[in-house]
Amino acid sequence: MTSFGSFLRQLVRDVWSQKLRTFLTVFGIIWGTVAVALLLAVGEGVHRRQTKSFAGLGDRIVIAWPSRTSLPFEGLGKGRRIRVDETDIEFLKKRVGGLAEISSEYAQNLRATFGDRARLVDVSGVSPIFGEMRNMVPAEGGRFINPTDMDQRRRVVFVGNELAEDLFGEIDPVGEKVMLQGSPFLVIGVLQAKEQDSSYSGRDHSKMIIPSSTFQALTGQRYVDLFIYKAATPDRNKALTERVLAALGERKRFDPGDTQALGIWDTTDMFVWFDTFMLAFKLFMGFMGILTLTVGGIGVSNIMNVVVEERTREIGIKMALGAKSRTVLSQFLLETFIFTAIGGIIGLTLTWGFCAAVAGTPAEDAIGTPVLSPQIALLTAGVLGLVGFLAGYFPARQASRLDPVVAMKL
Amino acid sequence: MNWPLKKKNNGDGNSNGHIIEMLGITKVYDTGKIQVEALKGIDLVVDKGEFVAVVGPSGSGKSTLLNLVGCLDTPSGGTYMLGGEAVAGLDRDQLADVRNRRVGFVFQNFNLLPQLTALENVEMPMLFGGMGRRERRRRAKEHLDRVGLGDRVEHRPTELSGGQMQRVAIARALAMEPDIVLADEPTGNLDTGSGSDVMSLMTELWGQGRTLVVVTHDKTLASRAGRVVEIRDGVVVTDERAVA
Ligand SMILES: Nc1ncnc2c1ncn2[C@@H]1O[C@H](COP(=O)(O)OP(=O)(O)OP(=O)(O)O)[C@@H](O)[C@H]1O
Ligand SMILES: [Mg+2]
Repeated sequence: MTSFGSFLRQLVRDVWSQKLRTFLTVFGIIWGTVAVALLLAVGEGVHRRQTKSFAGLGDRIVIAWPSRTSLPFEGLGKGRRIRVDETDIEFLKKRVGGLAEISSEYAQNLRATFGDRARLVDVSGVSPIFGEMRNMVPAEGGRFINPTDMDQRRRVVFVGNELAEDLFGEIDPVGEKVMLQGSPFLVIGVLQAKEQDSSYSGRDHSKMIIPSSTFQALTGQRYVDLFIYKAATPDRNKALTERVLAALGERKRFDPGDTQALGIWDTTDMFVWFDTFMLAFKLFMGFMGILTLTVGGIGVSNIMNVVVEERTREIGIKMALGAKSRTVLSQFLLETFIFTAIGGIIGLTLTWGFCAAVAGTPAEDAIGTPVLSPQIALLTAGVLGLVGFLAGYFPARQASRLDPVVAMKL
Repeated sequence: MNWPLKKKNNGDGNSNGHIIEMLGITKVYDTGKIQVEALKGIDLVVDKGEFVAVVGPSGSGKSTLLNLVGCLDTPSGGTYMLGGEAVAGLDRDQLADVRNRRVGFVFQNFNLLPQLTALENVEMPMLFGGMGRRERRRRAKEHLDRVGLGDRVEHRPTELSGGQMQRVAIARALAMEPDIVLADEPTGNLDTGSGSDVMSLMTELWGQGRTLVVVTHDKTLASRAGRVVEIRDGVVVTDERAVA
């Protein structure tokens, strides 16, 4: 189509001839997009990082450690020791409804040697599910304990990252043999470094984890030091704990209301505060985002207004030469659309590039990895585009409705 | 008040040969506080093929009148028939068509688009007229040749002299081969040399049978016209035809 071709050619010519104006318009949209998208991306990054380090201990698990009774029960005196073994854990698995995950944990201080280095190490014997529950992610090239390790009582060990450095130095620990209590253990994985705000028996980065079956065989320990469990959703943890206490109380004969017989730490409680804080944080970021978007929108609309003002004379001349209003308007609209699209794409690319650049730098430790959510990015570009479009459209339409002489004199 | 004589020059086409017929045209500029009555009832009838010079002191309403003739502005009162058709009855698109096909306008300050070359400026009305690219180029070149700017087609307005810009503007006004050419002080910004070039161009156009209405302060240019209309304070005070 000749006329559409000419139309485009003319558009390109008009746009190109006003490089500064074009640049300012596009720059305004880029600036707005980057400001909003980056703010929200950093906010999301901080949020995720906080959540991750807060969940370093595990995501909303309940920790239970058998202890001594503090209340008399059915003729039995207080101060009685409650012991839990693997059969009791199996019993809980079968009898307590709503128990999604459970793992026993046996812990001892054992002597570990590698070459000429020897250390006294916190060693835990656990089930395979423990890794997921306690947020123990293996670094690349390694794995956590699996059910086969458990069934065959393999002598395999998962090592905390700081301990691994201390013990193995430059050597990649995975595949190496380490001696535990005189028995050789194959290192199957190293803990991926993680933030951990709280703990119940030392930090994970300095521990060794082995299958509980192997642990029992190695040490002869029969009773668990503690066990951890969780319901399918965090809000059901409280009720679940009551059922665990009731079931175990009946089996071990202690008062379910005895707060000492089975020590309970429901980490969901900490999350309540944390979630409130994070909600406030998110609201704050959302508010800042809207504010930034508004400021960006005002900027873009101002630029558009100036552009129309500058071009009113041109619009007048074109109409004096016989251009119809819609011809003038559609050129303007297409221009606005192209500016917005280009500005938005560049803005989002810059933001994305920044997010990628932060990953792997020291800044990441402080603010986490900024996460550019595609929805937010598109929304930002869309809102700014719409603002620019409307800010340009209405004055342009007004100009195109004037008598040519009036437009030319403005 | 002098009533224009209803004598045909070389008029044909319309039933009565009047290509421009204004009756009691008024124009009030409303600038908020003050209302300026620029035209206070103008009667002007122009026949096809006439060359009318509009003269008068500054601020008398000449440009205002010419803009109304060219449908670039809307009168506040009165009736205006262009080629036998009431302009008030036309919608915006029809008006755009009139400006595009029937009228060629030469502005005092040229009003060229600075970002476009001479050729593209001349192409502009043909673009709006929906003419194909090839045809546009060919015609634009032809028109620029005619005004003696065949060697300046790729120049931008800033790279041209005042006289050259005015000639580009004239080429643009002629691009759609309009039957009416309106010029607002076409020699006003030009030196004597360029001025007389433009003047000869005007006379030539008249010779080709076009209808010309030219606002001018220039006595020489006015003397070349077949008819001189003088305006003062928004009314026509004299309307004289030269004896042919
Ligand atoms: N846009 C406008 N708003 C208000 N008043 C205007 C406007 N345009 C013109 N006028 C007034 O209308 C009157 C006629 O103006 P016009 O431009 O028609 O004069 P002119 O005869 O062309 O003068 P000149 O020879 O100086 O060009 C003047 O008093 C002028 O101040
Ligand atoms: Mg004037």
